[in-house]
Amino acid sequence: MASVTATTDREVLLRIDGVSKVFDGVVKAVDNVSLSVKKGEIFALVGSSGCGKSTLLRMLAGFETPTSGRIYLSGQDITDLTPYERPVNMMFQSYALFPHLNVWDNVAFGLRRDGLKGAELAKRVDAMLSLVQLSKYGKRKPHQLSGGQQQRVALARSLAKRPTLLLLDEPLGALDKKLRETTQLELVNIIEQVGVTCVLVTHDQEEAMTMASHIAVMDEGCFLQVGTPDEIYETPNSRFVASFVGNVNIFEGKVDEDEPDHITVICPECTHYVGHGITGTSGMRVAVALRPEKIQLSPVQPNKNHNWCAGEVVEIAYLGPHTTYHLKLETGMVLKVQQPNLTRKMADDLTWGDHVFAHWTRDAMVVLTE
Amino acid sequence: MRNMYGRSLFGRSWLIAVFIFLYIPIVTLVVYSFNDSRLSTVWTGFTFKWYVDASHDRELIDGLIISLKLAFMSASLSVIFGTFTAFVLVRYGRFKGRGLLASMANAPLVMPDVIVGISLLLMLVALQKWLGFPERGIGTILLGHALIGTSFATVVIISRLREIDLRLEEAAMDLGCKPFQVFWLVTLPLIASALVSAFLLTFTLSFDDVVIAAFLSGPGSTTLPLVIFSRARLGLDPSINAVATVIIVVVSIGVIASSLYQLRAERRRQREVADAYAQGKS
Repeated sequence: MASVTATTDREVLLRIDGVSKVFDGVVKAVDNVSLSVKKGEIFALVGSSGCGKSTLLRMLAGFETPTSGRIYLSGQDITDLTPYERPVNMMFQSYALFPHLNVWDNVAFGLRRDGLKGAELAKRVDAMLSLVQLSKYGKRKPHQLSGGQQQRVALARSLAKRPTLLLLDEPLGALDKKLRETTQLELVNIIEQVGVTCVLVTHDQEEAMTMASHIAVMDEGCFLQVGTPDEIYETPNSRFVASFVGNVNIFEGKVDEDEPDHITVICPECTHYVGHGITGTSGMRVAVALRPEKIQLSPVQPNKNHNWCAGEVVEIAYLGPHTTYHLKLETGMVLKVQQPNLTRKMADDLTWGDHVFAHWTRDAMVVLTE
Repeated sequence: MRNMYGRSLFGRSWLIAVFIFLYIPIVTLVVYSFNDSRLSTVWTGFTFKWYVDASHDRELIDGLIISLKLAFMSASLSVIFGTFTAFVLVRYGRFKGRGLLASMANAPLVMPDVIVGISLLLMLVALQKWLGFPERGIGTILLGHALIGTSFATVVIISRLREIDLRLEEAAMDLGCKPFQVFWLVTLPLIASALVSAFLLTFTLSFDDVVIAAFLSGPGSTTLPLVIFSRARLGLDPSINAVATVIIVVVSIGVIASSLYQLRAERRRQREVADAYAQGKS
């Protein structure tokens, strides 16, 4: 097999090669998925529940065996290894800390299975506890810790054996929103400090974008798109990815002008002049995706014949840093527009029933053919 | 907080009626164990002589020792067999014959003791005829008690095993445990309290059984309940009241101590959880 040239000089650590998982002979949980994860990378699998992301993670941990396909770690085929033979550790959803053991023994659990004892064991466990800033909590039982502390114990326990690959299953799912934001960055810091390669599973696209360097969006057992967070957000390749990751307005229309550097798309609402070419033909049906924050509002009609439309404000959601307006267009479509609140709230701000013009630039939208 | 039933007269009187119903016979027995008269119907004065009598009664003491031994062995066997049965039923998923095993494991729970006793007796008599053994004695009673006890132990352990988060066992395996180590280091400590409950339950079942023991006992294996039962037919002997009172006192102390301990442990746990949350917030 010809070797694939890497885009960076980092070597590929994890390679998933055409893996499928079929349950009970009928349910295709994972459908012929291939993927490479480079050393030191944090890779996120995102998707709604039941999309197959957890099954894929469980196959990496060894709890499920692929129906077909192979999994390679550092070049070695690990597909048929049991969970206890793999240099892979997992941080479980809701942590799965052993309730009958204290924090110290929880962290020491994996090391003891490797035959470590005495001073060396103590050194390794103490180092892990100080890494997650829980040195003083060694004697506590899991139920004596707050959610955030439990999460750090779980992280220390999964890192203690210095795994080649760390798996995180909904790592912050059990924490409340406020705590989640600080913990996300803390978690990334620790993982980068240790330098371990990491695959994480989450249903929360914001969490994936904050933590991961690469993201795979999954649906019905397949990868829809794999890329960096900004690639996924700014150039989604399908309607599903565009609407799964963030908010989006989708216009349905027909390609009118098809040039290498631009195209125009005629929709019932307006004509789009898009600053990039597509692989398609004129007359083809496409969708134009436009993010709410890339639209501007103005009280006067823009002086151009494309990339604008008129609407009436029907909904206002004031969120502090920005406000989301829902404009009802003449065709009945509701356009979501997000405006930064550059000044404090003023008396002449937009209000319900106002007629305004929404406009955007040629580089604001992306054309979706799927 | 008071609820709508808080101070209902009906609730209280019902409770008192039930307590009388449950405890009057026991109180009567305890009181008459101090009665000077041989007749249980007349009160003639206070005495400890039945306790002294009982402590010198070889037959009673032997019966007690046999019953304790038997109950201990039966409870141990029941817990071991019950643990394996429960584990197979809960953890091994679907396999051929699982449904059959599940219902068969429960069958002795509802089977009348008389039927279990007589069927075992028939089997043992047939076996003895063919093979020359087993002789009826403690071993054969143990067989009957362990048979019933295994069913009870299985039910108790299954319900605890079902509560355990499977991820705990997966985590253990992920951290390097082979399947047997997972069971020994994680599953077993987590079901320990259920094993203790199952042990106490099956111990009691064996200790107070008359019916199965009556069918399966042989010479030299007369359990305490059998001794009491056979004497009761000849007219009640107050020294039996004395033995019964001693047993009641021992059991009560055990039950009260264990519930106090559980109550304190639960309160401590709740306090610790509350502390941990308060701390996590600050």
